[in-house]
This record gives sequence, C-alpha cells and structure tokens, in this order.
Amino acid sequence: MSLFRIALRSITQRPVASLLTMISMGLGVMLVVAVLSIHGVVEQSFANNASLGYNVAIGAKGGKEQLVLNTVYYLSQPVENIWYSYYCEFLPQAERDRLLKESFAYRSHEAAWQTAELAALAGDQGLAGAALSQSLAAVGLPLAPDARRQATDGPAVELGRHGKYGQLTEMAIPLCLGDYFGRFRVVGTTPKLFDDLVYDIENNRKFEFAQGRNFVHHSPEHGYFEAVVGAKVARELDVKLGDEISPRHGAPEGHTHERKFTVVGILKTSGTPNDRAVFVNMEGFYLMEDHAKPLDQQRPGDQPEEAAPQSDEEARKDLEARRKKELELLRAADPEPLPVEQREVTAILVNADPMIAPGLENAINEGRDAQLVLPIKVIYELFEFIVKPVQWTLLALTAMICVVSGISILVSIYNSMSERRHEIAVMRALGADRYTVGWIILLESTLLALGGGMLGWLAGHTLCLAASPIIEDQTGVTIGFWNWEPAISLGTLLGTSSGRLATLSLPLELLLVPALLVLAIVVGFWPAVSAYRTDVAKSLGK
Amino acid sequence: MLTLRNIKKSYREPDGTPLPILDIPQFTVADGEQVVLVGRSGCGKTTLLQTIAGITRADSGEIVIDGIDIATKTEGYVDRVRAAKIGYVFQTFNLLPGFSAFENVMLGMTFARGRKDHGRAIQLLDRVGLSHRLTHRPAALSVGEQQRVAVARALANKPSLLLADEPTANIDPRNQQKIVDLIRETCREEKVSLVMVTHSTEVSGQFDRVDRLEEINQVKFNDTTAGAAA
Ligand SMILES: Nc1ncnc2c1ncn2[C@@H]1O[C@H](COP(=O)(O)OP(=O)(O)O)[C@@H](O)[C@H]1O
Ligand SMILES: [Mg+2]
Repeated sequence: MSLFRIALRSITQRPVASLLTMISMGLGVMLVVAVLSIHGVVEQSFANNASLGYNVAIGAKGGKEQLVLNTVYYLSQPVENIWYSYYCEFLPQAERDRLLKESFAYRSHEAAWQTAELAALAGDQGLAGAALSQSLAAVGLPLAPDARRQATDGPAVELGRHGKYGQLTEMAIPLCLGDYFGRFRVVGTTPKLFDDLVYDIENNRKFEFAQGRNFVHHSPEHGYFEAVVGAKVARELDVKLGDEISPRHGAPEGHTHERKFTVVGILKTSGTPNDRAVFVNMEGFYLMEDHAKPLDQQRPGDQPEEAAPQSDEEARKDLEARRKKELELLRAADPEPLPVEQREVTAILVNADPMIAPGLENAINEGRDAQLVLPIKVIYELFEFIVKPVQWTLLALTAMICVVSGISILVSIYNSMSERRHEIAVMRALGADRYTVGWIILLESTLLALGGGMLGWLAGHTLCLAASPIIEDQTGVTIGFWNWEPAISLGTLLGTSSGRLATLSLPLELLLVPALLVLAIVVGFWPAVSAYRTDVAKSLGK
Repeated sequence: MLTLRNIKKSYREPDGTPLPILDIPQFTVADGEQVVLVGRSGCGKTTLLQTIAGITRADSGEIVIDGIDIATKTEGYVDRVRAAKIGYVFQTFNLLPGFSAFENVMLGMTFARGRKDHGRAIQLLDRVGLSHRLTHRPAALSVGEQQRVAVARALANKPSLLLADEPTANIDPRNQQKIVDLIRETCREEKVSLVMVTHSTEVSGQFDRVDRLEEINQVKFNDTTAGAAA
C-alpha cells in the first residue's frame, strides 16, 4: 500500500464530499481554461490578421477603431463614406482618367463638345460659341466645374493627371459596405481584392477559390452583377455557383434589393474575416436602388433652363417621376455604370511604403475629407489597451474562483479530520511517523485539486469544442478540443533567453498544473499539520 | 528481548497535580516468551503497552527492545522501531474502515522500510482463516473476523514483540478462546514475544507467566522463574 493509495482511498471513502469538492475545483479550472481559450482565440484572430496585405486604410473621419473593425473584420456599425474621387486620388493617371470618365461632368463635357461640333456644322455661331467656350475652358483640367457643381457638392472631376497619392501608394482597393446577405456583410469592391491582394505575405498567398472564379468588371453573361461568397457564407447559407443572391439594404433586416447578383466564385476557407462576407462587383453595388448618392440639384441637361419656381405638388411629382425613371434604368438588364458624382466608397485599402506612411497619414488626416488609419497599429492598440486588460481581469477572477475552490478542499479535508484523527492514530501505531501522516493529507488535497482540475480541464475544453462553431462564426478562428493557445515560451518561464529550452514554447494552460499543486499544498498544509500533531495515545481510544 | 528499568510515567490531572500511573523498577520479557498482564481497570496496563510501543513516552527510565533503548531515541527513530519490531492488537480492533481485510494487513507493513509483501499478507490471512474474506471491508466482517484481521495485521511486519491489549474484551465468548489460541499459536510459530493484557481469569490461567500490575504501580513477579531473562 503506497501513501498514494492510502490518500486515494480516503478520498473514495467519502465519495459525495470528495466529488463535490472536485466539482467546485473543476468549475474554477473550467473557467480558467475557457478564459485562456478565449484569450487564445482572440490573440490568434488578431495574429491571423496581422498580415492583411495592406498597411493603410482610408475612410471617413470618425473613430479609427470603428473604421478598422469595419474594413478588416466586417464588424461593428457601418461607418460613413467618402467620395469616390478620393479613391481615384490613389490611382495612376490612366486608370484614374478611365474611371472618372463615368461622370456627369465628363458626359456633359462630351455632350457639349458634340453640340458645339454640330452647331459648328450647322453654322449656328451663337450656340456653338457658348458650348465651345464652356468645353474649351474645360479641356483637360478642370473639367466643367459648373456642371459638376450642379450635380453634387463633391470635389471637382479633373482629368489628365495622376491621383494625388497614386504615386506614393500601391494597389488601391475600394470597399463599399452597408448591405447584408443573411447575417453576413456584403462588400462591394473591385476584382483586385482577389487578383492582387497578398493577404498572407509570409507565404505569398492570395485568396483562393474553392469553386468558380473571381468576378470581373463586366461580363457578357452577368454584366456588372457578379458575386463571390466566402467559405463560411457558402456553407451556412448553402450558396452554390450560379445562385442568384440579392443583398438586403443597410441591415440584416433591411429591405431586399431587387437587383440580383450571380455567384461566380466561392472562396476557400482562409481563416480570415473574408470567410464570412459576400463580395460583389462594386459597379453592380452602385447600381442597386438607394446606393446612388442622391443628387442635391437637378441633373444638368435634364431640364436645363426650366429652373422656374415649382409648386410643392409639382416638385413632388417631378421627384417621383425622376425616381421612377431611375428605377427603370436600374432595372435594365445591363444598365450604364453609375456616374462618379453619385458614388461613394467606405474605405480604400492601400499599400504605402512604411517610410512615407506617416507623411501620408498627416496629409490625409489634416484634410477635411477623410482619415488614414494604420490597421495593424489600431488592432494592436485595441488588443493591448482593451482586450488584454479585460482578459487579465477575467483570468484574475477565474483564478480567484480556483482559490475559493481550494478553500473548499481545505474545508472538506478539515471537516473530515475529526473522524480521521482516529485513523491517523492507528497508522501512527502501525509505525507511521508524523511526516508520513502529514504527507498523506497533503497528497489527498493534491489529488482532490488535480482531480478537480482534470475534470475542469476536460469540461473547459469540451465547452470550447461546443462553442467552437459560434467562435468560428464570430472570429473566423477555428478551435478544436486541443486548443493549446496561447503558448508561453519556456525561456520566459525560466527567465533565460539562451539555450535550446528557451526556444520551446508551452501551452499557458500547463501552468495550471504547478498552480494547482501550489494551491493544494497551501490548502492541504493546515490539515496536514493537524495530522502531524495528532496525539496518538489520546486518539487511539482503547 | 524487552527490558524495562525504572519506568516512571504520570499524567496530569486537570488541576495540574501529577497523577503517577507507572513506576516499574524492572520488567523483562525473553525472546519468544508469552506474558499475560492482569490488573484492575485503570491501573495503567494500556499506558504500559503504549509506553513499550513508544506511542506514549515515559517520563524516565529505560525501554530496551532488542538491545536498543528507545527511551533515549528521537520520536522518528521510535516510530521506525515500532514499524519494524512491534505489532499491536487493540481491544477495539482499530481496523481502517475504508480498507479491505487484505489492505488492512498490508497497512501493517506499509510503514516499515522495504517490506511490502503481498504474499505474506495473503498467507497471514489464510493463517487466521480468512482467505475467503480478502476483499471484505471491516464492516462486512464479524467482530471475531475483525480481530483476526487485526492479529494478521499486527504480525504483518514480522515483529519481534506483539502487544495485545485486551484482545478478547469485545469478542463474543464463543470466539474469545479462538482469538487467544490464534494469537498464542501464531506468536509461537513466528517466534514473537507476546505481552497480552486481559481481565479474563480464564485466559490468564492458560499462561505460564502471569504478571499483576498492582495498583501501587509495581510489577510483581508471580512467576519467579522468569526473572532470569534479561
Ligand atoms: N491522557 C491521559 N491523561 C490523563 N489521565 C489518563 C490519560 N490516559 C489514561 N489516563 C488515566 O491513567 C489511568 C490508567 O489508564 P489505562 O492505562 O488506560 O488503564 P487500564 O488500561 O489499566 O485500564 C487511568 O486512571 C486513566 O484515567
Ligand atoms: Mg486498558
């Protein structure tokens, strides 16, 4: 009979009390494991996104955390938008000019130019002169500022130059947020998101397709209305290639857009927030009703000279008629792209040379129109200043629960001491010395603590396993039963940085074992001393 | 094998005045000898056995077991001597209720160094006629069976001295003789010296040597022939 067996026996001799004690310890440990796992999940989800494939995000002025949550994680309340032309400032000349030609300004310039030509042909000097002077004034830059002003209060549409920041940056990818598909966010963007963005720089990986292909700017079959869905979305909502999906406006319970997008691609699981988003061609996104920025004034050319005062009734009718016309246009199978003046983007994802990023940050943030954030920095700050303290607080609380459970071990053993004293005396009479009987008690509290800890550990991991679908949903982080994160380096633990051991890392959870041992010894100490002090002759009875 | 000299032991009364219990000039048990101690209740028989076993320390005097005076040794040493050389049978058996008969016997050798002989435990239980009761807990055994387990346990560590404190006092009359026989026979077989306390004249009458622990706390040697043993 080993001391271990003796200690074990005295535990099993009082099964109910022992089990209750272990359960109480187990609950504490379960909470610790759960908190550690959450800690690991959060850390991992942050780490997963530490390499985003871009280092700068530009969006509307406001909370930078919210902008990052929106653009990086597709979480939080939608943020304000910025002008489309702001996006164009991040493009090289050729691309910029091409995009900006889809504008009222350019169209009216073209129209004016043609009118002038026609007038010239017709010999109508007066009209030709007016039109010509207008368009000539606008040849190149700036282009038809008056027309622009009539359309919106946005910035001037200027052609023939590089975007202001275009040469300082690479790969501007616009994101338009606001719609939902099921509970997932719909992201209007350009094909570059999947063609160009290297999200895992370390392994040089772009987002890959499990099925189908990337959407294109304009396809013969679907026009501007192609979509790509994330792996999780496809799985959960059973989306297949060729399905037609229609986003809901503004919120998961918003009205359903009439416009349908055809799913042409399903992404492979990447463990990033892209798993749980739907990506649609931005051109198509703009063409959904309510997505065009409403014009402040009448469109130039619609009713050019009839600015005479209208009655309210007339104005309302006029508005209705215009809206009807817009809707008709929108319903067309392959409508014209939305003019630039009516476009907005939520964010622009950009790669900027780290050397010039701070300068760019200043330049943009000092302006009125937008803010530049460094997502990694914001994520890090969020993590360091919000997530970590919360986690440590949670951990401290759960550790305290363990201490309370430890005290319940003490109470349990101590309560049994009066009945145990006789047994202890008998063992002493059989030749056990004081230390031996003390050890038996310590072993007993250790077994209770570790047994409870084991129970709690299993329960904690089972809990994690059970919660893993929810966690995966929310964070894109996959956890199994054996979720060993976070790890702690052995070097840190031993306080050395040299040697082979220092490079090994251990799961933080393993610290539970020494922690429980210490706890068991601390709480077992008192009853052990009491056992040690047992007066044999008195306790033996007859 | 056992010699006591000038053993003095007193308890303190609640008011602090000393209450002398033992004052034994000389008490000797030879190797393999079987001694019965008689005396009226409260005269100090249990105290004497516990003093010999080192469970209670004497105030003064020598307790020499196999040539070692345990009265001069540390408690830890005395514990080891007890674990190795002494077996103890109690009036109330004192089996541990959570352990089976076999485990209780194993406990008899657990605290001695290097002797955890399963075979011996089984053999001893067989010897006391309980080979069919190995896995029974004490509560599932009759009192006679319990005391037999206790005897096996006391002998488990191959002691040189067995102390039995009224081993039959709680046993039904039919089984008393069996227990006494068992203790005496096994002690003889194992060449263990025996000091047994009893109130039963029937029992004491069977012993060659009967010592009376008088109220005056002096061991009187009824059997003068035993005085030769050292
Ligand atoms: N721990 C103790 N403190 C004080 N008196 C005690 C203690 N143990 C025993 N006694 C007293 O010592 C006397 C002898 O007790 P004991 O050795 O048990 O007698 P016996 O076994 O002969 O009946 C009794 O009067 C008893 O009350
Ligand atoms: Mg007595």
